[in-house]
Amino acid sequence: MPVERLEGFQTGRTTQEDEQELKRGLLLTTVERAVNWARKQSMWPVTFGLACCAIEMMATGAGDYDLSRWGMELFRASPRQADLMIVAGRVSQKMAPVLRTVYDQMPEPKWVISMGVCVSAGGMFTNYAIVQGVDTIVPVDIYVPGCPPKPEMLMYGILRLHEKVRTQGHIT
Amino acid sequence: MTLAELADRVRTRYPDVAVARDEVTVVVGREELLEALGALRLELGLDSMVSVTATDWPGRDPRFWVAYELYSNEHRHRLRVKVGLSEDDARIPSVTAAFPTADWHERETYDFYGIVFEGHPDLRRILLPEDWEGWPLRKTEELGGVNTRFHGAFIPPVDRRST
Repeated sequence: MPVERLEGFQTGRTTQEDEQELKRGLLLTTVERAVNWARKQSMWPVTFGLACCAIEMMATGAGDYDLSRWGMELFRASPRQADLMIVAGRVSQKMAPVLRTVYDQMPEPKWVISMGVCVSAGGMFTNYAIVQGVDTIVPVDIYVPGCPPKPEMLMYGILRLHEKVRTQGHIT
Repeated sequence: MTLAELADRVRTRYPDVAVARDEVTVVVGREELLEALGALRLELGLDSMVSVTATDWPGRDPRFWVAYELYSNEHRHRLRVKVGLSEDDARIPSVTAAFPTADWHERETYDFYGIVFEGHPDLRRILLPEDWEGWPLRKTEELGGVNTRFHGAFIPPVDRRST
């Protein structure tokens, strides 16, 4: 196995040291690093498409952009089987309690991506109907700008979230 | 039946008729609304209530105009019936007994303008959250984002949050 591919294991050593370890047929790491790596490698998004951003989210999951490259092409219909909520589309005031319920039903650990400007700050909907930022309801890890964001932008946000999970995740 | 003929037919009974942009509008009083809708249905075949909505003109009297969009499935013509309501007495009889389809339309109009439809079987908010305060489509309502109203928490919109 090429040593570069071990980078994801986050052994905490340089590639040269990793190579030495490999020659001994042994690879050591911490439990936290291994678990974080596993979590990052198999995320399960919950389907939460609310408006036009959902079309881009679906395109991201489909063949052209192929989210399965990062092992997360399958969006679960049940929040109890998911650990990532991609809020895609403007959240109306009436949808807010529903969104919070779905978030509460997801098992820990869980993450939230706020996709698009409407979700992040209300966007063009500065009116009575739309929640002015979903971070007033649930904690948000990554904000993806755009109206709607291109699949590449969402993928970039997802990769940044992977980076965050890998480096800042905790086992509680 | 052409638009002019339709307008003439309506004018024989209700004189305040206007034709604009290929649409015929008749203004009737609040107390003669139910009777007028019944007569229009019988005499002109206007048997379908397409929409009930309202407009708001603050500073004028009447301030509110409730508009009923009627359609005839038989003759394929349309007619708009409008009723003016003053600001301090925004009440109007419900037409749900004659046109059951007006049920949700009247609830929506109540939801956004606060116009009370008397005799409506279930007059409560339909689109906004049930604990909403205010009538958001009135022109006197403040524009811009509103506070997030969620489980009693009040969080101001982004442009009014301190950094």
